[in-house]
Amino acid sequence: MTTLNSRIPKGPIKDKWTTYKDKIDLVNPANKRNIDVIVVGTGLAGGSAAASLAELGYNVKAFAYQDSPRRAHSIAAQGGINAAKNYQGDGDSTYRLFYDTVKGGDYRSREANVHRLAEVSGNIIDQCVAQGVPFARDYGGLLDNRSFGGVLVSRTFYAKGQTGQQLLLGAYSAMNRQIARGKIEMHNRHEMLDVVLVDGKARGIIARNMITGEIQRHSAHAVVIASGGYGNVYFLSTNAMGSNVTAGWKIHKKGAFFANPCYTQIHPTCIPRSGDYQSKLTLMSESLRNDGRIWVPAKIEDAKAIQEGKLKATEIAEEDRDYYLERRYPAFGNLVPRDVASRAAKERCDAGYGVNATGEAVYLDFAAAIDRYGKEQAKIKGIDNASASEIYDLGQAVVEAKYGNLFQMYEKIVDENPYKTPMMIYPATHYTMGGVWVDYNLMTTIPGCYCIGEANFSDHGANRLGASALMQGLADGYFVLPYTIGDYLSDDIRTGKISTDSPEFEEAEKSVKELINFFISNKGEHSVDYYHKKLGEIMWDKVGMSRNEKGLKEAMAEIKALREDFWKNVNVPGTSDEMNPELEKATRVADFLELGELFAKDALDRNESCGGHFREESVELDGEQEGEAKRNDKDFAYVSAWEYKGEPGDAVLHKEELEFNDIELKQRSYK
Amino acid sequence: MNLTLKIWRQKNADDKGQLVDYKVTDISEHMSFLEMMDVLNEQLINKGEEPVAFDHDCREGICGMCSMYINGEAHGPDRGITTCQLHMRSFKDGDTIHIEPFRATAFPVIKDLVVDRTSFDRIQQSGGYISVNTSGNTQDANATPISKIDADKAMDAATCIGCGACVATCKNSSAMLFVGAKVSQYALLPQGQVEATERVLSMVQQMDDEGFGNCTNTGACEVECPKGISLENIARMNREFLKASL
Repeated sequence: MTTLNSRIPKGPIKDKWTTYKDKIDLVNPANKRNIDVIVVGTGLAGGSAAASLAELGYNVKAFAYQDSPRRAHSIAAQGGINAAKNYQGDGDSTYRLFYDTVKGGDYRSREANVHRLAEVSGNIIDQCVAQGVPFARDYGGLLDNRSFGGVLVSRTFYAKGQTGQQLLLGAYSAMNRQIARGKIEMHNRHEMLDVVLVDGKARGIIARNMITGEIQRHSAHAVVIASGGYGNVYFLSTNAMGSNVTAGWKIHKKGAFFANPCYTQIHPTCIPRSGDYQSKLTLMSESLRNDGRIWVPAKIEDAKAIQEGKLKATEIAEEDRDYYLERRYPAFGNLVPRDVASRAAKERCDAGYGVNATGEAVYLDFAAAIDRYGKEQAKIKGIDNASASEIYDLGQAVVEAKYGNLFQMYEKIVDENPYKTPMMIYPATHYTMGGVWVDYNLMTTIPGCYCIGEANFSDHGANRLGASALMQGLADGYFVLPYTIGDYLSDDIRTGKISTDSPEFEEAEKSVKELINFFISNKGEHSVDYYHKKLGEIMWDKVGMSRNEKGLKEAMAEIKALREDFWKNVNVPGTSDEMNPELEKATRVADFLELGELFAKDALDRNESCGGHFREESVELDGEQEGEAKRNDKDFAYVSAWEYKGEPGDAVLHKEELEFNDIELKQRSYK
Repeated sequence: MNLTLKIWRQKNADDKGQLVDYKVTDISEHMSFLEMMDVLNEQLINKGEEPVAFDHDCREGICGMCSMYINGEAHGPDRGITTCQLHMRSFKDGDTIHIEPFRATAFPVIKDLVVDRTSFDRIQQSGGYISVNTSGNTQDANATPISKIDADKAMDAATCIGCGACVATCKNSSAMLFVGAKVSQYALLPQGQVEATERVLSMVQQMDDEGFGNCTNTGACEVECPKGISLENIARMNREFLKASL
């Protein structure tokens, strides 16, 4: 049986990473040329890892299901990337970033990993600037910062509302340099469908060429999974349509433990859904909460009138508006962490105060910011007695410069001008903190199989702070994995090329082919989307923002039944030896149908409320925090690592107890 | 609304391909164009026919994967958006909509509306990068101040999503807006100066080798670009190219 060993180095937290790096084994440059590494996924984590490993001298084979590595979903991250540079001189430090991240994660992350993340954060910015990433600057030519939810400093670097795009294009350019040198062999439009273990070690993958349908064997000395999050288990999410759990789930089924699947981030500022045909939800960056104020009508009759289309937001007087975040959380106001903001929106909407036809929306209002900036600009420009419309125009220009592309995106989707009338927003599934369990080296419980970026569980605990996903992806790929993988590969310098002509590859290829043949020949009555949507409904209703024992048990049973029906009645048109998007969806949804059940099981086991995981049975009953989530450190200060045992419902729980030596466990208060 | 769709169907790269008529009914004006395509595909699957293959992923206008030529325009009738951001409110009941792939010699059709744009990747691989290693051991990010004007212009150029609308729109199938944007991003930043000469020469060479045409200053690319990349970038690339060639 596999036991959990997190391999956290000894010593004071400040020195762990430095000391560890000094002592781990290295592979000399000549030997690196004889070692192959597979990287699955080319987002910020996979792209930066592939480029860095190739640059060190390893032979990298990278895989992406998109037609180019540049299209991985990291590209959609809008707001920014955190780094403890303290350029603003507002008291930031490595320790403070470490502290904020552990606290923001509701004390469910591993201290040593988070500290390392904070340590390398500054290097990421240096690296990206050197690569030509055009971060926003102020007039003095130095880098600008903005602030994000859950922190009291400005440490977020950004490139308009397209920070993820610019960072990914940076990593993509570093990859391109290595592709040109022949050090990265890039496989676009290829999907990993299984991992191959030889003598217990990850030695390759089985992939499908999505253009020709060819099933291929690829061998390597180590396999790195960087396939992103599994938010699409909800069907509707802010993830890309193709984002999936398959790579992570396949390694789980071969021995990698899956950690904290129930930790999901429901992002507070997304565009509300408009109909049953909806295929995805669109995020509006959290950076908007810097300047936008969130409210619903204070009077229930106003809310009803709005829902019926008889009243407009702008017709509601200031005193009849309930700025509920500012009311409930005066210290952090509109900048409370995402989980808190999302639940507060749900609470108001459940109470009947929602502001669109479905009753599932709240306002995000920029009128106050436009006024404030307008007055500031009038002063800067020396305009005395500026008129209201002058102030408005000046203010609007500032807001446009900061968030123009987001406002444009909103207007295109909703067909309303957000400068004139408040935006409508509602929470949506956005990020998954849970993922494949990894040790300090980012290695899974399968030797030689690593997992980085959103696909792993590591750094964000039960809730991720804004602008920390980009930081983690690049930290893992540029600065952590390239060191830690060497420690493992140093034993492989005499292994030589891994043959794909072995019974293990034979067996894995056979089972992938059988799976594909099953789908093509099944000819059932329902499309893949039919099942995916049904799964999404169960997940959102019973394993969504608020969870309870009864609902979770029902969800487990319903998902299991849905899965059984899927395997009987799914319909996949076309053939296996051609481009077949329905077939691709089928293999992904098959895995979501298993993950969903484990997800609910994990949520059931964790009978406490922490971060994005809210159990109705675990709330504060009195005092200042009444009604807020109640964490239970005595019984639940552990990572849940699940071992696959044939059926998701039979998974066995392994606990990694979390030790907090440098941060005191406290109630997370944003009051 | 009820619509007639004339969609390009092509089994694979070797197939000749043709426009095929489809009907869709009860389409909501709030749907996105791709959601309308989802409705059509669900309909086809349930009838036992093969759904239409099309590229799409993020569905929020940033990944650059979606690539439809709708009623003779890349990404359809609206400006400043990708196909996935186009909504059905731009059409009316009874309309006939022509849907074709992005067409260019350098973008061969893979299937139906899906084209191969790896030629763009190869151009980037020929020099679309700064040769720094990824060790993080560079100078402090604030060591070199960069004028806000230059940084903002570099950012404007860097917002290119690599969708290929410029190529599909151009009568010469020119990729100069795409290449010009990348060349400009680096040309405007001090970090890009060191390799400026080699970069522009080799990216332009690769662009020509891939079979893209030349620019004849029509400006259609700028009009159809979902990210509003300016023609200025082509002028800047020409200047860089000239400078490098002298």
